[in-house]
Amino acid sequence: MLEVHGLSKSFGGFRAVSDVDLAVAEGEIAAVIGPNGAGKSTLFSLITGHLQPTAGRVLVNGRDVTGVAPYKICGMGLGRSFQHTNIFPKLTVLENVRAALLAHRGQGPNFWSRANQLCHGEAEALLASIGLAPQARATAGTLSYGNQKQLELGIALASDPKILLLDEPTAGMSASETHETIALIERIARERRLTLLFTEHDMAVVFSIAHRIAVMHQGRVIAHGDPAAVRADAQVRRVYLGDAPMGPRS
Amino acid sequence: MMKKSAPALVRRIPWVLVVFVAALTIPWVGSRYDTFLATQIAISALFAMSLNLLLGTTGLVSFGHVAYFGIGSYVCGILMKTYAVPFSIALPAAAIGSALGALVFGFFCVRLTKIYFAMLTLAFSQIIWAICYKWNDVTGGDQGIPDVPYPNLDWMSSIPLLGDLRIAQQFYVLTLIVVMLSLAAIQRIIASPFGLMLTTIRENPERAASIGLNVRRYELSAFVIAGGFAGIAGALFGIFNRGVFSDFVYWPKSAEVMIMTILGGIDHFWGPVVGAATLVLLNQEITSYTQYWPFVLGTILLLLLFVFPGGIVGGLTTGLEWLRRKTGRRASA
Repeated sequence: MLEVHGLSKSFGGFRAVSDVDLAVAEGEIAAVIGPNGAGKSTLFSLITGHLQPTAGRVLVNGRDVTGVAPYKICGMGLGRSFQHTNIFPKLTVLENVRAALLAHRGQGPNFWSRANQLCHGEAEALLASIGLAPQARATAGTLSYGNQKQLELGIALASDPKILLLDEPTAGMSASETHETIALIERIARERRLTLLFTEHDMAVVFSIAHRIAVMHQGRVIAHGDPAAVRADAQVRRVYLGDAPMGPRS
Repeated sequence: MMKKSAPALVRRIPWVLVVFVAALTIPWVGSRYDTFLATQIAISALFAMSLNLLLGTTGLVSFGHVAYFGIGSYVCGILMKTYAVPFSIALPAAAIGSALGALVFGFFCVRLTKIYFAMLTLAFSQIIWAICYKWNDVTGGDQGIPDVPYPNLDWMSSIPLLGDLRIAQQFYVLTLIVVMLSLAAIQRIIASPFGLMLTTIRENPERAASIGLNVRRYELSAFVIAGGFAGIAGALFGIFNRGVFSDFVYWPKSAEVMIMTILGGIDHFWGPVVGAATLVLLNQEITSYTQYWPFVLGTILLLLLFVFPGGIVGGLTTGLEWLRRKTGRRASA
């Protein structure tokens, strides 16, 4: 479904991402983990076209999408949420989702219909599925941090993606918010049969839902495989020594 | 529930029509001078509104919006004066000419962001000014195009009431019709899916691209539409002013329209209209009292912007909301 071959990105002399190979199969939930600055966000930006790779290729469904502009990649079934909350703060929650729905349906150039009469049912349904229906009329920027993250997921889902890339979907959340968000993501991924690639620093989260894990360190993938294999990997343990404990906290 | 019904009702009133009818009475209830001021306000309001399509809706700061106002006034002025083309053709030609100018310049401008975008729009507007100032054969150079004729308004004489008006007042009625139709169209555009896409770009261009928008193309479309409406305002102004001159295209005009827009409030549809009326009237009042009017005007503007950081309309809506919350609380207590 999603393949990455030899992907590299240098900023000046600094190699943020170095020769990364990755493959995510359809319906799979895959995680990229690693310490801060390991290159996870850069890797995501390379995949979604926000950054041009120095070398390597990105394939979506066998199609080469390397360096294709972000707005085109969205149309190929690849949705994304960002590490820093990325919504349209002054619009209402409903408008946020409606805008994404209308854009996805090619209604963007329509300058004569009334936007607030279009996609109403779909927008409401989408908000209900991410648990934001009660906040539909609120200004998006006034939502709690956790709700803004949910909304961001909703915007990404509006494009009806086949593959969803989530960059630290629970960053900055409390333990209970993290728990709810992960449950939400897992449910939506199952219902929509999404292929999911996400980064996360909370190891408990990663090991609880990921089918496959890739570990990045200094721009390189140093280990990948199923959770058990990654947990047993000696190099991974060395990188994480003194960092968060590997494995579920329970 | 009570709180929501009042603004919903207010929103259902076709305000453009209400304002149109109210403004239409001016030639009969006011003096000739009032009609003169009202014409100036109507044209400035359209100009400011066209700028706000960029500034408030799309989040693009253009320092050179006067270029498209200028193209419109020169195209219309030259066609009507030099070639005796009727207004009904010269006006659309002005709009198309300005939109084309905006298409060519905008193509380059939207490739830059923020202050670089602003500087490039300013540079292009100065190029247009230089052309208007130097190209004697076509634009009349520093002499401009004096005596642009009024459109043929004989058709108004058969309409009761309108027939008795002087030509300047009849032109005001025509201006009002053109301006209000333009405002209605702009309002429609802002409320459309296209308008919603523009606001997502204002809010967050990176995210807008991620929902599948070609941000540059949308910005360019907004730039072209705004340019077209600025051209209509320019065409009307050339006739109103009885001549087209190169200082129409000079950069302080861009600053003036930006002041109008920000003063009125960029977050509200009617902000630019209120700003245009305020600036034209203030200008008029103060110049009649003192020769130091730029100083007084500047001080007043400074105070207004400090008191109403969201512009006059922004300040008023905040105040009204505060009032409603207060009375609402008292009613429920």
